[in-house]
Amino acid sequence: MTAAPPSLLVEDLAYAYPDGHQALFGVDLRIERGERVALLGPNGAGKTTLVLHLNGILRAGRGRVTVAGLPVGKRSLQEIRRRVGVVFQDPDDQLFMPTVGEDVAFGPRNLGLPEAEVSARVAAALQQVRMADAADRPPHHLSFGQRRRVAVATVLAMQPEIVVLDEPSSNLDPAGRRELAEVLAGLPVTLLMVTHDLPYAAQLCSRSVILDGGVVVADGPTPDVLSDAGLLAAHRLELPYGFDPTRT
Amino acid sequence: MGAGHGGTLVARYVPGSSAVHRLEPHLKLVSVLAFAVVVVSTPVHAPWAPVAYGGYLLAVLTAAAVAGVGPGRLARSLVVEVPFVAFAVLLPFVARGPQVEVLGLSVSQTGLAAGGGLLAKATLSILAATVLSATTEPRALLRGLERLRLPQALVQILMFMIRYADVVGGELQRMRVARESRGFRSGGLRGLRVMAATAGALFIRSYERGERVHLAMLSRGYTGRLPTGPAAVVDPRAWAVALTLPLAAAAVLLAGMLSG
Repeated sequence: MTAAPPSLLVEDLAYAYPDGHQALFGVDLRIERGERVALLGPNGAGKTTLVLHLNGILRAGRGRVTVAGLPVGKRSLQEIRRRVGVVFQDPDDQLFMPTVGEDVAFGPRNLGLPEAEVSARVAAALQQVRMADAADRPPHHLSFGQRRRVAVATVLAMQPEIVVLDEPSSNLDPAGRRELAEVLAGLPVTLLMVTHDLPYAAQLCSRSVILDGGVVVADGPTPDVLSDAGLLAAHRLELPYGFDPTRT
Repeated sequence: MGAGHGGTLVARYVPGSSAVHRLEPHLKLVSVLAFAVVVVSTPVHAPWAPVAYGGYLLAVLTAAAVAGVGPGRLARSLVVEVPFVAFAVLLPFVARGPQVEVLGLSVSQTGLAAGGGLLAKATLSILAATVLSATTEPRALLRGLERLRLPQALVQILMFMIRYADVVGGELQRMRVARESRGFRSGGLRGLRVMAATAGALFIRSYERGERVHLAMLSRGYTGRLPTGPAAVVDPRAWAVALTLPLAAAAVLLAGMLSG
């Protein structure tokens, strides 16, 4: 093998919740290093279930997940969670420490890094999301958009192989939405973005994957996927009025 | 929405840079606790007890003055004492023993001492705790408790309480607005039912948020321990400053015991 292993490799992943409800029926997904991919799909398609498999919160019923060559398993859990940074939808769930700085330091400290390295990473991560001056502020004093950017910083501080964002643009005002897009576009990491926001996908991701009914039903360049009106309609996805996906 | 909340718990903190503010939080905790122990161990029936209370009051007011905590702030903090006051006022009337005349009323002498002692001890302890909370940020208090080896689980519960008090408060506020927007007026039995439903909904929401927070923590490598930064080294002189308050109180107590 000469090429680097893909950042994320999901093979034939199936999962049923303990109550018997089956959410995933054999998902295949390969994301190369440095790619930015949008994961689209209606509510209940299994997107969140898939995300929770990527860092080993849920354990595959069948199939497997590999992150940069390392299979997700019981023994690799701590390293997998370093490699896969998940940014959850509600920043109030993600930011639980008393100050922004301590929150960003939470992950690196869990890795057992020396304190000098921790502070360097906190500073660098906050810089990357343009929140460098917020380190000493309590999260509840920040605007929603700022909190979401700090949530991104909390996973960047782990220096992950891949960043997974759950609905990154939800509840943001237009300026907050644009600021986050600018930050995300500038990140030198592999990105998987779970979203309903098709223009956001078009703006940030060159490739889009549609998940529905627990399987991947489409995978291709974003303009192609978003121009296929029949495909979108079949999976309860809709472009905003007047939006032309071929012109971004 | 969501942003700009003042923070109900943080509001108790009065920013400043006095000697008391600068003390390490765990020193202040030890100091306040020791002060309270001295105050509580004062025998209420000793004839010199009222003088000792005066001495303690002087000590704690001096600490408040050094910390820059104003009389208004101290007075407001005493509101939590109201239930004690009710109990303390009852004591002289219900206790037995020799009676004395106070303002034309015949009351029990031992009851008067017990009630007065209870009131004095509660007031003094609350004043000391107020100086602590006014000069120490909640998260610094947590660090102090952690340094004093309070079990991790308790520290974490307190930390989440501080972090999420406003989030849950905001949720409650939005539920209230939504209720009232549909014509609900509180009061009456029907009102109670609605309030109970609100409390239930809030509990479920908070429980679910707890689960989501836990997921987010696991996703960043949480293993059951909260990682903390390096602890600052404490100057022995800081201990001396912190212990001034309980030592002063102990001196008053000792003087009283020797004289009695």
